[in-house]
Amino acid sequence: MNLFKKAALASSIVIGLSLSASSWAENIAIVGAKIHTVSAAGIIYKGTVLIKDGRIQQVIEGTDVPSGYRTINAEGKVITPGFIGAATSLGLVEVSSSAGTVDAQAEPHAISTVGAALDVQYALNNDSTLIPITRIEGFTSAATGLGGSDQLFLGQGAFITLATTYQPVLKAQAFMKLNVGNSGVDNNGGSRAALWVAINQSFDEAKFAKSYAMDPSQNWLGLTTMADAKALIPVLDGKMPLVVDADRAADIVQVIALKKRYSNLNIILASGVEAWRVADELAKNNIPVILDPESNLPGAFDQIGATLENAARLHKAGVTVVIGMDTHNIRLATQHAGNAVANGLPHSAGIAALTINIAKIFGMDDQIGSLEPGKVADLVIWSGDPLEVTQTAEQVFMQGEQIDMTSRQTKLRDRYLKRNALKPVGYTRP
Amino acid sequence: MLNTKLKLGLALAVSVALVTGCSSDKQEEKQQSVTGIDKNPFPSTYQKIDSKPIVINNVTILDGIGGKIEDGEILLQDGVIVAVGKSVRLPSGAIEIDGKGKWLTPGIIDNHSHLGVYPSPSTRSHSDGNEMTSPVTAEVWAEHSIWPQDPGFQRALAGGVTSLQILPGSANLFGGRSVTVKNLPNRTIQDMKFPEAPYGIKMACGENPKRVYGAKGGPMTRMGNVAGYRQAWIQAQEYQTKWAEYETELEAGGSPKRPSRDLNLDTLAGVLDGDIIVHMHCYRADDMGTMMDVMKEFNYKIGTFHHAIEAYKIADKLAENNVCSAMWADWWGFKMEAYDGIKENIPMVHAANACAIVHSDSDLGIQRLNQEAAKAWADGKRAGIDISQADAWQWLSANPAKSLGIFDKTGSLEAGKNADVVLWSTDPFSTYAQADKVFIDGAMVYDRSNPESWPVSDFELGQIAEGDAK
Repeated sequence: MNLFKKAALASSIVIGLSLSASSWAENIAIVGAKIHTVSAAGIIYKGTVLIKDGRIQQVIEGTDVPSGYRTINAEGKVITPGFIGAATSLGLVEVSSSAGTVDAQAEPHAISTVGAALDVQYALNNDSTLIPITRIEGFTSAATGLGGSDQLFLGQGAFITLATTYQPVLKAQAFMKLNVGNSGVDNNGGSRAALWVAINQSFDEAKFAKSYAMDPSQNWLGLTTMADAKALIPVLDGKMPLVVDADRAADIVQVIALKKRYSNLNIILASGVEAWRVADELAKNNIPVILDPESNLPGAFDQIGATLENAARLHKAGVTVVIGMDTHNIRLATQHAGNAVANGLPHSAGIAALTINIAKIFGMDDQIGSLEPGKVADLVIWSGDPLEVTQTAEQVFMQGEQIDMTSRQTKLRDRYLKRNALKPVGYTRP
Repeated sequence: MLNTKLKLGLALAVSVALVTGCSSDKQEEKQQSVTGIDKNPFPSTYQKIDSKPIVINNVTILDGIGGKIEDGEILLQDGVIVAVGKSVRLPSGAIEIDGKGKWLTPGIIDNHSHLGVYPSPSTRSHSDGNEMTSPVTAEVWAEHSIWPQDPGFQRALAGGVTSLQILPGSANLFGGRSVTVKNLPNRTIQDMKFPEAPYGIKMACGENPKRVYGAKGGPMTRMGNVAGYRQAWIQAQEYQTKWAEYETELEAGGSPKRPSRDLNLDTLAGVLDGDIIVHMHCYRADDMGTMMDVMKEFNYKIGTFHHAIEAYKIADKLAENNVCSAMWADWWGFKMEAYDGIKENIPMVHAANACAIVHSDSDLGIQRLNQEAAKAWADGKRAGIDISQADAWQWLSANPAKSLGIFDKTGSLEAGKNADVVLWSTDPFSTYAQADKVFIDGAMVYDRSNPESWPVSDFELGQIAEGDAK
């Protein structure tokens, strides 16, 4: 299939803002693997996944396949749901530094004083080489948002598929980002004494905006712009999760207090280096944590309590743990989860931290995140334990389709493995 | 005129190098007494920790030079490896450690670290890694910036790192001298300096120097970078010649005028003399190709290209020129010169018979370099490059030791070498493997099973979570 056709086909798969599974897709049975369903069905040690119309039809014990399916032998392999990038800027950046426009970094603009109005749904480019590089490693979707801005909020992120499509957005305005750690403080008054008052003020203005005619004919003398205040209303109502970066225990306590102050807030803690120290409080207040389990150094004075056991301790206290904070190498979230497991997190929690937990916190769990009947058939056949650094995604399925497992990186590899030394390298076309 | 002088200088340099080549202490002293220059003004005060003899048995051993011994044994005594094999003698009073189910390897050596010069916490006050005041600053020495209380050292130790090279950053064409240390931080930097390790110099290709100096008087292009290296080498050659002439006349009993000293040129001339090893930050294949020609033009040796994202494109040329590549397993894309990173870089360099090294350049990465090697090993295998685990371990110990000029002392499990050894909980090519016990010069300096014994830096003392499982 040529590239154009592939792209056209793929773009026809995802229409609008929904994961519409392809109704023309073939029925596939993947047979004999160890299957992490990441659902109440748990692990099926030798089972079969039935895919119909691009969705999971059934996951069954054993290897007996009903007729009408193309079978793929996966004995000795491991199957998981497609992994999800939890905190990325995928689709918003190609090369981070000194390489032209990077949509993951916003600069001040008149539309916004506090950053809440910014919205990445318009900035996504799924032709980015990062997308295939990431998906062939078993990641089929991602939450993506701004990586930096000098403003209080880091705007509204999106939830995207990593399929080849011109319309990657599965959920626009999927979450709002806020950073109350040292780096957020440095850009917002230089002290938490300024930052937190600005946060409270922003939410108070959003509350006011709910019953105010928000149009240009009206006076609006708030800290926020009208666009900011409008953007914060669904956050205030708990319809849009608020992802808050905080590391030190004292900051996390403030985040919990914020949730008490504005009781409908749906807060997700991110980074959370010292989250383990307030694990019980987080559990009690139903606040999940997105973290990098390898963060074990006091990178700043708000990360003194860093430990490799952060994920394990949070899980033990009943906190929902999510793993994966990176962009170019979000694919290494499997290794991060493996290191969390090496330091006390149960293996099943490590898999959940890459799948269902992410789907749940972003409200996508009716579609993805586990292998259950009716869900979109985003899944991966692994050579072995996906959290082992020596194992790999052998075949990825997206919306029931067996995807092309190549990327720009595999092409570069193959070119130089097969290089014809008698001709300039450009003539070796892998 | 210049050429004649250069040739003369080179000839003299060669003869001087021959005299001091075997670098025994006596000859070093003699040279010092002739020129009056102390070549080692910050000598190591490292002291190994005393230990009873230690025998580890029933263990799977990777000797670091391609050998694997199942159910093997090792004897560590008086700071050195006395014997490795299927069976070793058990001296009286020796501590016996049962290695059943565990793996034993040489200690990991990271030849690219900024611990201490960019320590944790990352504050401006302690950000001492880049002298970004001029593109040529070979006069600065990383050891004068290192803060031994960086908690990163203890974290790296828990990851099995026994030695490391600490380098200045990559902002400059010539960033200054690096230093190789034992991973046993103490009160002063001299306390951790690896005894008798040669010095290195940090150089940098490509984007960083031109980004930093483009608006500060240059260089602002890659061609400006290369002109900068060449100009500096020309000055170094002249300096080398002056001092060689001075030395020769002194030795002949004359009373020549003493040339004036220049710290920058001291270091550059040290490279031309072959005393200081070049560690060059270089990503792109074409940049590396250019630098190998500059190396030939000025008759010095590049020991290792660091980061070497595109080493796989020119692995044959790297082998031909005998230059090592220190690489990440899979970092890529953070700048243009890192855009062509591939996961098979390390095994492809190895397969071309070039010297491959796994390095960190990171206070987190340094804690699990075994996993970085494991990824590269597995990715190579899947691409049809079948390397044994025993051979792949060269990336972590033997090859970095060679690149630092300390392979005669450490980097493999061979009798007589420093007893720098790691006992792993399981196959260290697994995510779940932990360094259970780490030995430096024959002493157990990290024991995972005994939290009371874990070292804690001054910085972490009295802070929250002091002594926690980090």
